[in-house]
Amino acid sequence: MSKPVKQIHLAAHFPGVNNTTVWSDPAAGSHVEFSSFTQFAQTAERGKFDFLFLAEGLRLREQNGQIYDLDVVGRPDTFTVLAALAAVTERLGLTGTINSTFNEPYEVARQFASLDHLSGGRAAWNVVTSWDAFTGENFRRGGFLAEDQRYERAQTFLQTTQELFDSWRGDEIVADKDSGVFLSTPHAGTFAHKDAHFDIHGRFNVPRSPQGRPVIFQAGDSEQGRDFAARAADAIFSRHSTLDAGQAFYDDVKGRLARYGRRRDQLLILPAATFVIGDTDAEADEIAREVRLAQVSPQTAIKFLEQLWNRDLSDHDPDGPLPSADPVVGENTISRGRASVRMFRDSIAIANEWRAKAEAQNLTTRELIIEVLGRQSFVGSAQTIAATINDFVQADASDGFILVPHITPGGLDPFVDQVVPLLQERGVFRTDYTGTTLRDHLGLAPLPAPRRNANADDATGVAS
Amino acid sequence: MSVSVRKAGPVANSSNHVHLAVALDGAGWHPAAWREADARPAELFDAGYWADLVAEAERGLLDFVTIEDSLGLQSDDPFEPDDRTDRVRGRLDAVLIAARIAPHSRGIGFVPTATVTQTEPFHVSKSIATLDYVSTGRAGVRVQLSARHDVADHFGRRALPRLSAAAIDDPAAQQLVEEYFAEAADYVEVLRRLWDSWEDDAEIRDVATGRFIDRDKLHHIDFDGRWFSVKGPSITPRPPQGQPIVAALGHGGTSYQLIASSTDVGFVTPQDATQAADIAGEIGALQRAVGRSEDTVRLFGDVVVFLDDEPKTAQARRRRLDDLAGTEYHSDAEIFVGTPAGLADILQEWHAAGLSGFRLRPAALPHDLTQITEKLVPELRRRGLFRTAYESTTLRGVLGLPRPANRYATT
Repeated sequence: MSKPVKQIHLAAHFPGVNNTTVWSDPAAGSHVEFSSFTQFAQTAERGKFDFLFLAEGLRLREQNGQIYDLDVVGRPDTFTVLAALAAVTERLGLTGTINSTFNEPYEVARQFASLDHLSGGRAAWNVVTSWDAFTGENFRRGGFLAEDQRYERAQTFLQTTQELFDSWRGDEIVADKDSGVFLSTPHAGTFAHKDAHFDIHGRFNVPRSPQGRPVIFQAGDSEQGRDFAARAADAIFSRHSTLDAGQAFYDDVKGRLARYGRRRDQLLILPAATFVIGDTDAEADEIAREVRLAQVSPQTAIKFLEQLWNRDLSDHDPDGPLPSADPVVGENTISRGRASVRMFRDSIAIANEWRAKAEAQNLTTRELIIEVLGRQSFVGSAQTIAATINDFVQADASDGFILVPHITPGGLDPFVDQVVPLLQERGVFRTDYTGTTLRDHLGLAPLPAPRRNANADDATGVAS
Repeated sequence: MSVSVRKAGPVANSSNHVHLAVALDGAGWHPAAWREADARPAELFDAGYWADLVAEAERGLLDFVTIEDSLGLQSDDPFEPDDRTDRVRGRLDAVLIAARIAPHSRGIGFVPTATVTQTEPFHVSKSIATLDYVSTGRAGVRVQLSARHDVADHFGRRALPRLSAAAIDDPAAQQLVEEYFAEAADYVEVLRRLWDSWEDDAEIRDVATGRFIDRDKLHHIDFDGRWFSVKGPSITPRPPQGQPIVAALGHGGTSYQLIASSTDVGFVTPQDATQAADIAGEIGALQRAVGRSEDTVRLFGDVVVFLDDEPKTAQARRRRLDDLAGTEYHSDAEIFVGTPAGLADILQEWHAAGLSGFRLRPAALPHDLTQITEKLVPELRRRGLFRTAYESTTLRGVLGLPRPANRYATT
């Protein structure tokens, strides 16, 4: 029996504060004005996308002790802009990245439960963690963690919010005017949680939301992150957008699910992907090259170089060869507030790889940076891109993609106008929404009502 | 709804106008309001319910709506939780309700409540800045303390001592309350510094130098206080109004100090015109003491309203609601029961005594709100005391407050 044809899931990542976002293009609009968000979200909804995705950063990045000024800087508050987008869209899922280190469970739970109510069941939470004191300087909790505690805290944070969401079963609001009964039980919302990170109790004040809780995303790639996702997430926002890497990741993570008593279809794998569409593949290649040059200005190339070299290279010629001196080993002091620099585990080895590559291909510093930062995920005509995306998904390299356009807010339009219809013709992408909630769009079954609250003393009729 | 500039006409100068806000809370301020025939208690957690209320307030050209909030379930006891099941319990986050409704409004302002005792000023600063963006300049925030020990237990970060009505005047309790207010003042200072942490023209998009921003126009705020320190700058650029409106409710003492030193709008609770004048005088003196001119703060008198065409109808409605609630309704604010014209008489008098405007708390929704928009507003207009169109596209403009200069700007 042949493998059933998978339906593709598509999402739209509002362009963020990385160099991927080309702000110098004349078509580039505001990254803060609500009209940009409205236009972007409505384009995604026109394309019948599953959801819109927002990233978050809680401290402006710095390099060489100064605020980093070469990329887009500044963005709105995630919860607030998602709630506003619920007003200008009807079906599109609304996924927000919210940090579990610089928030408290009660507050995050009530914001997500509120967003889920106000959007009619379209809320999702990308759970991220951080541990840096640099970001902690913006918060009263000062909160930073030992790196090895961040997943533990994230795990218990998520568990605690789950208990808060489940503290209302969904049948408590009676609101019967005649009898005067508003709540069916005086214990609605009762919770108590105690562990090494959280010691809280009382009553949660938001009734159960349409989805029961937000859809849970996880974005980390480490061993711990993969287990975290296999145990508790509904979807993964991954980085593996090439076929081989995607298949390996997909196989690994889906293989972990059984350990936690979960089926393979209960966790979706959705890599981030960039794209450049042309009338022909050759034209797309040419546009893609120009986009990469815009993404890596000479100034940006030097800044990237400094992030690996961990030293001031402001006098280095971007059009010349890589520096002959080696990177400064040890704690990265040159760049702060940027997750990517923490991946440079062995900077000398990476620098040597870069030098070998530059020498072999005769690349200048800027050309080398463009090469190592990676090309766009999908480059080609609409036909080529539709075929490639479908091949990826059917080959189990992913369940779909979170698309990251390089222009705000219009960068998604060509994909929606040209690629989506081709996917629809192939019968691998919806022609209209069939459900109302994000769980519906993602093919996730509705959550059952929780068992009656263990802290309530009026449990009746529920086997336990 | 279109926004137009008010034409000059026979109406009194707009500086003599009364400012009007309405305080939205659940099904209304009376605990039995949800049982009224026109109440929608099953929809309190739906966006449509709030959209309809705000649209009605905007039809009346009111200055703004406030939205109550708390980080715990409502309780009849101000100091302790209760376990009642015959009252509205549960609510959505007020800032998010405002954000959900704002994109479909055109003139009205949004002043949701934010609890300051448990939350992060960095988060609240950017959420209110963002509300200002999504409403294109019509956002504010009402800062509220939470001294309840059960709310503190929802966070587990600090244990708050138990307070009670009987012991609230004890020196120890008073000291504690003063500290909460001092913390709130620090909190507002951080909000304001973060809103100013980007200069208006910081985004330059200079292709020649590759720079998106002029980083000299972004500022660390370096706040270092007794309860928290915050480095900054904000992740969100300076909002359209520069400084969104900050409001607080006060009943005297330290709360007036907070209103005078930190807010743009103070909600106060006089019982008559004499008290209104006294409060205006007291807060005005406190403003001068901290170097703020009196024109920088708008004082709104809070009044709970039961409005009907006949006084006896309103009185009968209040009695009926009290019977349903099983207790006589009391409030920290004056309770007015009567006709819109009768209310207009009082507002006119208190306005003359020194209040800029009024935050009316409808006893029951939507009834008392539509009485305000359909009856009170026309009555005030007849007296030359209320606008016939929004005179500005921003909340600051509607309140007659200028857009402030940025404290960090050097040019």
